[in-house]
Amino acid sequence: MKKELNISAIEEGTVIDHIPSDATFKVADILDLKNTKGIISVAANLSSKIMGKKGIIKIEGKYLTQEEADKIAIIAPEATVNMIKDYEVTKKSKVSLPKTLNRIIKCSNPICITNKEKENTLFYVLGKFPLKVKCHYCERQMGRDDIVIV
Amino acid sequence: MEFKNRDIISINDFSKADLLHIIKVAKSMERPNPSLLKGKILATLFFEPSTRTKLSFIYAMESLGGQALGFDNAAMSSIEKGESLWDTAKIVENYCDLMVIRHPEEGSARLCAEASNKPVINAGDGANQHPTQTLLDIYTIQKVKGSLNNLHVGMVGDLRYGRTVHSLTNAMSHFNPTFYFIAPQALQIPQSYLDELNEKKIKYVLESDLQKVSKKLDILYVTRIQKERFPDPVEYQKYKGYYKLDTKLLENVKDDMKILHPLPRVDEMDRSLDQTKHAAYFEQAANGVPVRRALLALVLGKVR
Repeated sequence: MKKELNISAIEEGTVIDHIPSDATFKVADILDLKNTKGIISVAANLSSKIMGKKGIIKIEGKYLTQEEADKIAIIAPEATVNMIKDYEVTKKSKVSLPKTLNRIIKCSNPICITNKEKENTLFYVLGKFPLKVKCHYCERQMGRDDIVIV
Repeated sequence: MEFKNRDIISINDFSKADLLHIIKVAKSMERPNPSLLKGKILATLFFEPSTRTKLSFIYAMESLGGQALGFDNAAMSSIEKGESLWDTAKIVENYCDLMVIRHPEEGSARLCAEASNKPVINAGDGANQHPTQTLLDIYTIQKVKGSLNNLHVGMVGDLRYGRTVHSLTNAMSHFNPTFYFIAPQALQIPQSYLDELNEKKIKYVLESDLQKVSKKLDILYVTRIQKERFPDPVEYQKYKGYYKLDTKLLENVKDDMKILHPLPRVDEMDRSLDQTKHAAYFEQAANGVPVRRALLALVLGKVR
C-alpha cells in the first residue's frame, strides 16, 4: 500500500497555495508564524501539474493582512490565498502586487538614504514578470534577486 | 506649468515642456534684473565639498539681489552630533526661502524635500542625480546647436557610474536623439537605461572605439573616469587613462560637432582641444549661472 502523509484540513484560517516550491519558507518567514497558536502546516516540493513543484502553507486561526498579502506577492506572485471557514473555502484570491510598496522591502543600495538614516522605504513597481521595482529615493532599480523584505 | 515652490530633485521629474520652459527662462537670465530676488535667502547645505557648484549657486543668487548662507563641511553641523537629515532640513527651513543640498547619500535630497516646507534643489546626491548639471548641459546643447531635436549624441568615458551621462540620456530622450555610448564593456551604460531606450524606441549604438563613430556625432559628451565612484581601486587603475582625446580626434568629425564635458577633467581631454571651434565645455560651465538663476527665480515664484 502506498503511504502518504496527509496535511489535514483546517476549520478556520488561511491556505496559501501555488507557492513556488523554493519560496515556501520565505513566505513562512514573512508571516511571522512563531506567535500563531493554531496548527501550521508547511509543505514544499509537492507535485503540481502547472508549476512542476509547489509549496502550500496552511495556518489555522489566521487571516492575512493586506501588508502580508503584498509581501507574498513579491516573492510568490502566482500564489493563491484561500480563506477557510467551517472547513469550506469562503474566498479564493490571487495575490497581486500593488503599484507601490510602502515600507515593505529594503533598498539594496547600501548608500541609499533609507539605509543610512533608517527612513521608511517606498518603491514603485515597474514590471511584474519579471519583477522590477524602483526606489523612490535613490532611483535604483532592483529585480527579484535583490529584494529583501523589511 | 507651475514652478513656484516646486522641488528640483531629479531630471526624471521633468516633462519635455518643463525642460523647454527652463531653457527659455534661462535665456532671459543671461542679463537678469539684479534685484529680482532682493530679500530672499538661499541656504546651501553642502555635506560634501563641491566648490564650483556651490560658488555657482551663490553667485546666481547674489547676482539676482538675494543672499546665501550655509555650510560646506558636515563636521561643522549637528549631523556630526547625530542629528538626522530630516531634522536638519526642518531646522534650516526656518532660516531661508529655499535650500540647495549636496549630500553623499543617494535619495538624500528627496528626503529633505519631504521634510521641508521650503523648496529644495538637489546639487548632487551620491551617484544618483544632479539635475542642475543636466539642465545646463541641455541648455548648452540648445545654444550651440540651435535645437535639441534629432541630434546624434556621443557619450564617452565612464558610462557605468557617471550620473551626468545617465541624467543626460534621460533628458535628451525627449528629443528623438541617436545615442552612441562609447566605453569599454566594463564601463558601459547600465542595462536599465538601455531597456528604457528600447521601450521609447530610441536608437543607440554601443561601441568601445571612438574613432569608429566620431564622424557621425553632433555632440560628444566626455566624462572623467571617476576614482571616487569605483568600488575597487584595482578596477580603477585598469581604466584610468583609457581615453585620451586630443586633436587627432578631430580628423573625421563634422565641422559643427561640439565637445561637452561636465568638468573637472583629469587626463581624458587634452588642452590642445580648448582652442578649437569644437570645444564648448567652458561655455557649458558658464551656462550654469543663467540656468541656476532661472531655477531660483522659478521656484521662488519671481518669474513664471
